[in-house]
Amino acid sequence: MSKLRHHQLGLTDDDVIAMYETMLLARMIDERMWLLNRAGKIPFVISCQGQEAAQVGAAMALDKDKDYVLPYYRDMGVVLHFGMTAKDLLLSGFAKAEDPNSGGRQMPGHFGQKKNRIVTGSSPVTTQVPHAVGFGLAAKMKRQDFIAFTTFGEGSSNQGDFHEGINFASVHDLPVIFMCENNKYAISVPLEKQLNCQHVSDRAAAYGIHGETVDGNDPLAVYEAVSKARKRAVNGEGPSLIETVSYRLTPHSSDDDDSTYRAKEEVEEAKKLDPIHTFEEYLHGAGLLSHEGKEEIRSKLRNIIDDATDYAEKAPYAEPETALKYVYGEE
Amino acid sequence: MPKISYIEAVTSAIREEMARDENVFVLGEDVGKRGGVFRATNGLYEQFGEERVIDTPLAESAIAGVGIGAAMYGMRPIAEIQFADFIMPAVNQIISEAAKIRYRSNNDWQCPLTIRAPYGGGIHGALYHSQSIEAIFANVPGLKIVMPSTPYDVKGLLKSAIRSNDPVLFFEHKRAYRLIKGEVPDDEYTLPLGKADVKREGEDITVITYGMCVHFAMQAAENLAKEGYDAHILDLRTVYPLDKEAIVEAAKKTGKVLLITEDNKEGSIISEVAAIIAENCLFDLDAPIKRLAGPDVPAMPYAPTMEKYFMVNPDKVEAAMKELADF
Repeated sequence: MSKLRHHQLGLTDDDVIAMYETMLLARMIDERMWLLNRAGKIPFVISCQGQEAAQVGAAMALDKDKDYVLPYYRDMGVVLHFGMTAKDLLLSGFAKAEDPNSGGRQMPGHFGQKKNRIVTGSSPVTTQVPHAVGFGLAAKMKRQDFIAFTTFGEGSSNQGDFHEGINFASVHDLPVIFMCENNKYAISVPLEKQLNCQHVSDRAAAYGIHGETVDGNDPLAVYEAVSKARKRAVNGEGPSLIETVSYRLTPHSSDDDDSTYRAKEEVEEAKKLDPIHTFEEYLHGAGLLSHEGKEEIRSKLRNIIDDATDYAEKAPYAEPETALKYVYGEE
Repeated sequence: MPKISYIEAVTSAIREEMARDENVFVLGEDVGKRGGVFRATNGLYEQFGEERVIDTPLAESAIAGVGIGAAMYGMRPIAEIQFADFIMPAVNQIISEAAKIRYRSNNDWQCPLTIRAPYGGGIHGALYHSQSIEAIFANVPGLKIVMPSTPYDVKGLLKSAIRSNDPVLFFEHKRAYRLIKGEVPDDEYTLPLGKADVKREGEDITVITYGMCVHFAMQAAENLAKEGYDAHILDLRTVYPLDKEAIVEAAKKTGKVLLITEDNKEGSIISEVAAIIAENCLFDLDAPIKRLAGPDVPAMPYAPTMEKYFMVNPDKVEAAMKELADF
């Protein structure tokens, strides 16, 4: 049997190349959004940079034709795997009518797309956690074999909805995966001022569920942890709390200046573990990605993003008076 | 037609909707085995089982939030908040989430959730078992707030709330639960959300109110009829969004309007009703709009003297109606 880690996890060579491409696509769309923001073309960006491995590794461990995902605002990697496109994301960046997340009503990063089972989200953090439990409850009541997967930052693990939601899911053995993307900062407040236990996943013990911390820069480690959590969930063994540890490589958002609260050296140090590069090295070592191959992929993705940017920039805004629509359903 | 109590109308509406649609289920504190602390879900656990009548952990934000998630999936949850006063931990879920799900997703997702909660005073419930909390939610587009006064309205409106594709807050007056009885047909019926109802036709003054105060006004109107005053009474039933057409019509009918709520006066539902009348009926009015409400103190105290002082009652209503009629 192959010694390669991805083979041992049951992933083919094509699977890990797809994993890499989705991670890189998320990174490159994010970088494009920043350029557009700094050029004054879009008002706001909130980044996934540094968390692509956790997001894509987790998403690939799910069943994208069945499961429901309730992502938080950094989860570009999750929504891309679940079927959202570069064009969809750029339309959202430009707040255009065709944006499938909200028709230009919400800021970028507020994902939602029913046809891909990406559940609509808001800005107050952690509200999606009880919603995921509601989807898990529906799965159990309707005897369906889907699971609900939700993500949030480590700051969110202090909110009541985190604790109330996990407790509810545990009491009822619901098929839910709670994944904390610990990027070490809640805007400016570092981890040690957010919690006084070693790991966010330690909190799982309080609710009698499986808790586990994995390297968030390693998509294969995340894939493995989430695959096992999914198996437990569909087998009726209840929810899991997975913590992925990585680093937020950008400021909190386009309106933040992280030099006011953390040292440049710290960010530079974290960049050495940038999952895009470390996974490239893994694939290179496995003989799956040459330098030319890497450039080929980058150029392919750049073309996709160029086309998406072009399309989104030219696309029309919603008519002003459509702001009055969809307060209530037609009844 | 059989006469049933207000709370029996609640139970009967839920039971019928659960039998009709397997996606309807109940969740809340003590709603299962106990059948609710007021017994509003009495017998449902036995009939439908613990999977559809769920005793939840004591955590209101999760009751609302889990309900919202299940509703987005396509279920029709009925979440019970044990006392309206205890809805506060769930306000973020209700206002930031339930109310905005359709709008923020550009009609992609919807949230067919009903949240029931007993409200209202006059039961020695003190500050935290007596409050009227509708005003908190009454400037949140996306929500509907129903506050029925009679068993007939309770049953027809609760069924419509459960069938609605939007979130509905359904506030039941806890004093009315066993005090108020009324005729309810055996046959299936629903009543439209968002429509007020004329409870008494009259020519001299108009009273616009909702909930328990409808009964106070009806009682006062009968007394005043003996003295030759003929009151027109409009029951709002849905307090948000308001039935503007019915309000304007009722105000114009007599030109003298008394608005009643047992909530604190400032910024209450009747404040908005007053604004609608002021905007639309100025030249039809024969007297200033009059409001009767609780005083602007945090909530009603426990001691019977102070509770009685706070509460609207039939005597206060009768005095206010007479004063307006004589203007």
